[in-house]
Amino acid sequence: MKHRNVAALSSVGLVLAVALTLSTSSCQSLGDLSQIGTAFGVATGQISEDQAQSINQSAQAVQKSWEDITPEQEYYIGRTVAAVIFSKYKIYNDPKATEYINLVGQSLAMASDLPVTFSGYHFMILDSNDINALSAPSGFIFVTRGLLRTAKTEDGVAAILAHEIGHVEHHDGLRSIKKSRITTALTSVAMTSVQLAGSPELAKLTSVFSDSINDITQSLIVNGYSRAYETEADQAAVDIMKRVGYDPWALVDVLKVMENVMKPDEPGFARTHPSPEQRIKVVEKEIGDTPREPVDQKREKRFEAALGNI
Amino acid sequence: MSTPGKRSLVIVLLLAVAAVSAYSQTKTMSVTVRQAPVRATPTFLGKILTDLAYGDQVEVVETQGAWVKIKLPGGQGTGWMHSSELTQQQLALKAGSNVKQGASGSEVALAGKGFNKQVEDKYASEKHLDYSKVDEMEKIAYPPARLIQFLEAGDLHGGQN
Repeated sequence: MKHRNVAALSSVGLVLAVALTLSTSSCQSLGDLSQIGTAFGVATGQISEDQAQSINQSAQAVQKSWEDITPEQEYYIGRTVAAVIFSKYKIYNDPKATEYINLVGQSLAMASDLPVTFSGYHFMILDSNDINALSAPSGFIFVTRGLLRTAKTEDGVAAILAHEIGHVEHHDGLRSIKKSRITTALTSVAMTSVQLAGSPELAKLTSVFSDSINDITQSLIVNGYSRAYETEADQAAVDIMKRVGYDPWALVDVLKVMENVMKPDEPGFARTHPSPEQRIKVVEKEIGDTPREPVDQKREKRFEAALGNI
Repeated sequence: MSTPGKRSLVIVLLLAVAAVSAYSQTKTMSVTVRQAPVRATPTFLGKILTDLAYGDQVEVVETQGAWVKIKLPGGQGTGWMHSSELTQQQLALKAGSNVKQGASGSEVALAGKGFNKQVEDKYASEKHLDYSKVDEMEKIAYPPARLIQFLEAGDLHGGQN
């Protein structure tokens, strides 16, 4: 029996070897092909599910990146980043304003390249004069009263929210987690055992989780994302606005106001984003020949009603 | 190497090739969001035929832009899902392995593992972090029809995906 198992395992090994020879592409296919090999092994009764799982995990252990984080896990990361933001800021309690930015924001998100997240997009106004906006993974988006004041139209509000949706769409939060943590979090320790309260596995996983949250909040609140991520978010904002019919020039208008009112080194965008001047160049290039539009009266009316006193 | 050895190598090779080609022909995907509506037409305004849950597996019939046509569970016709609600990653164990489809408890392979509610609870108690405002924030949601109405009332147009 033992001999048969060894033979069986070596034939699975052969399938894997063949699969590897066939595979000339990315690391991702290594994991896929390993699964084919082990599925074959399980189907023919040569190896058990457990053995297959362990082979698959070994094959995949080396290739973890933020892309391997499931939307469900991204959601739990996002919830905690959001809770950290709530611990630092007060909510601006105005139901009408909150409803309005959610209608604008969720409409924009629906037209983005990531229209659906695990639990949807949600927007909240922070009671702060700082010029700041923060987007947590999975679609928890925060914007300060100070930043909303730089928008003089609904299209301006849309520009601010679309930039943040751009960060969510590109998973910039997850991309700021150190790679080593993701590998630890997604490999065998975390993925095999049932995590009992007080178990070392749960403790280890929570510690990695904590470090990951720190990576994200450090980027969001202290250092800012890289200039490349900001450029991508501005480009996404222009695309999303065009798709739903907002005037993308409103983003330039918001950035011009920001340029005038923002003091160097004040908390928020002044420290975490490229200068408005630099961003305007990116945005103008992205807008291209699209002409400016006159202010829409229907949007103007509801903007004044919802955010006139912000 | 002996002749029987060579023969078994050839068989293994053939099986491997068959496995690879079979794998590429049928495309099964898993639901990646908490609740995913299956629609009659490929738009967010399409009539909802049924809702699928996180981890449910569907068989893909065809794709049209960002929309994926799937076989309805139980074989009762087809419906459309947005591609961002699906992944090729296998979140649940394969059918036939004595496993009920769906995201219920330990029956699911990836669902609920890694960073999950247990990790959140432990982190929350260690850091004394309050999630009640996050829970409140999550409740703010409008259905696509309401959003499209909002867009239209502002001379805008939605449903581009």
